[in-house]
Amino acid sequence: MPLEPLTELLLAVFDSPFREGYVPSIIYVSLYVSLTAVTLSTLFSVPVAVVLGFNDFFGKRFVKSVINTGMGFPSVVVGLVVLFAVSNQGPLGSLELVFTREAMIISQFVLATPPITAISLAAITGVDENVRGAAHVLGGTRLDVALVVLKEARYGIATAILAGFGRAISEVGSVLIVGGNITGSDGISKTRTLTTAIQLEARQGRYETAMVLGAILVVLVLAVNAVVVRFGDRGVQR
Amino acid sequence: MSIQRRRFIAAIGAGTLASAAGCAQAGGNGDGTDGGSDGEDGGGADSGSANQPDVAGERLTLTTTTSTYDTGLLDAIHPDFEEMYGVTVDAVAQGTGAALETARNGDSDIVMVHARGLEDEFMHNGYGINRRDLMFNDFVIVGPTDDPAGIEGTESATEALGTIAEAGAPFVSRGDNSGTHTKELNLWEAAGTEPGGEWYQEIGGGMGEALNNANQQGAYTLSDRGTFISQRSEIDLTVLVEGPIEGGPEILSNPYGVMAVNPGVHENANYDLAMAYIGWITSPGAQEAIAEYRANGEQLFFPEAVSEDPNFQQYVPEGWSSGSTDE
Repeated sequence: MPLEPLTELLLAVFDSPFREGYVPSIIYVSLYVSLTAVTLSTLFSVPVAVVLGFNDFFGKRFVKSVINTGMGFPSVVVGLVVLFAVSNQGPLGSLELVFTREAMIISQFVLATPPITAISLAAITGVDENVRGAAHVLGGTRLDVALVVLKEARYGIATAILAGFGRAISEVGSVLIVGGNITGSDGISKTRTLTTAIQLEARQGRYETAMVLGAILVVLVLAVNAVVVRFGDRGVQR
Repeated sequence: MSIQRRRFIAAIGAGTLASAAGCAQAGGNGDGTDGGSDGEDGGGADSGSANQPDVAGERLTLTTTTSTYDTGLLDAIHPDFEEMYGVTVDAVAQGTGAALETARNGDSDIVMVHARGLEDEFMHNGYGINRRDLMFNDFVIVGPTDDPAGIEGTESATEALGTIAEAGAPFVSRGDNSGTHTKELNLWEAAGTEPGGEWYQEIGGGMGEALNNANQQGAYTLSDRGTFISQRSEIDLTVLVEGPIEGGPEILSNPYGVMAVNPGVHENANYDLAMAYIGWITSPGAQEAIAEYRANGEQLFFPEAVSEDPNFQQYVPEGWSSGSTDE
């Protein structure tokens, strides 16, 4: 029965050892940080991928290999680098970003950008040459051609965004370092995400509650996937 | 096609808003904490009476050890302080070494840790000032109930560790530069043993992780009593060498200190609020709240800030005197 684990999960959530409002608040922080980071990253990455995909220039291969390397960057290292940047001693110290959601968004932006750029780029370069040719022949400007290609590549780009989101919401190393895993004494999360909450539970040996939080995380990622895939399908029907 | 693109973006936006709204409702009662970094304008500022003190709405960043946080002590006593001043305390649980390092970088306003040697170094370097003894509990050596090395009943902690090393019985070390890890290394040194080999495992994790790890492989470990008590129901380990609270050796005592970050070194440290916090937590009322805090029905921390006969050494690095040249 597929419903059984779900009901168990629901029971565990309602019957949870957590204080009221704790779980919703960490879900909120998780979504807020990761969705913001991925949105910003998409706004940055897709144009970059379009520029890279439509132009040939010296050093393009190098840029591509830098992006591909970025996909494998350990989140802990990104966290440390961002911490050095936003720390009071760092270049952004005056902004007082240490242990804030904004710092977490910065580090997740850094983490999500390489996969989104690389996969979007692959999707854009994968669009049939004939499509570009046809758009040109029909009198399209460069912008029109780019939009046509983007439309053709939308599945790939959606996959790219999902991959970036998956990386952002599931990483624990950098948000723990720059966010500090803070919850107010009233049990409302400030910079605690699902992943850092799981880490906290595991640290205290409460593996069952850690698993419950893990299940919530999986459900969240699934829901976001479903939403994105659904919009992709709707595009086809029209 | 541009229409679809817009629709797609609109849909993502709507989705984000919807999820944010849904959760904001659920988490909305957390007034001040919901605003992210700009929490300074929420919370206390609008929740209190008309004549709020100027500090209202400010935020105090406290870096501390995992034991004070994971036992739930801070969450239990902080509401009193937050209400009194209309401020928010951000407690970051890191372990003693990391907590002091964060403060060194100027990223916290106040530290609450338990490794006197590291605290003294912190003060000597000019980062910490106005240190106070806060509270204490003790360390215990725990291990599997069948006690393969046979240390139960040993009076001396160092002797017990020596026996474990001789027997080559598995021992789990925190290995994370925390206060407990520092204490453990001091104990090995006092025992005249250089730990190492198959049986000695540094896990690089928190106290709870160490206890779980030891539990799973039937190993010994050194734990602070607070974390052990709060986790005891989930593990099969038992106390084999007691600390001073239960009549064990003094070497296993575990004193916690609190000190402010020096505003002369880090001018953006929230010094006056840090001092307000120190004043509050060393006051009779808060000290009583610490004494009354229970986990699994047991007292975890014993206050020691209020005294008719204060120990002057609490304010300065241990052993310091104006004539000494150990600067």
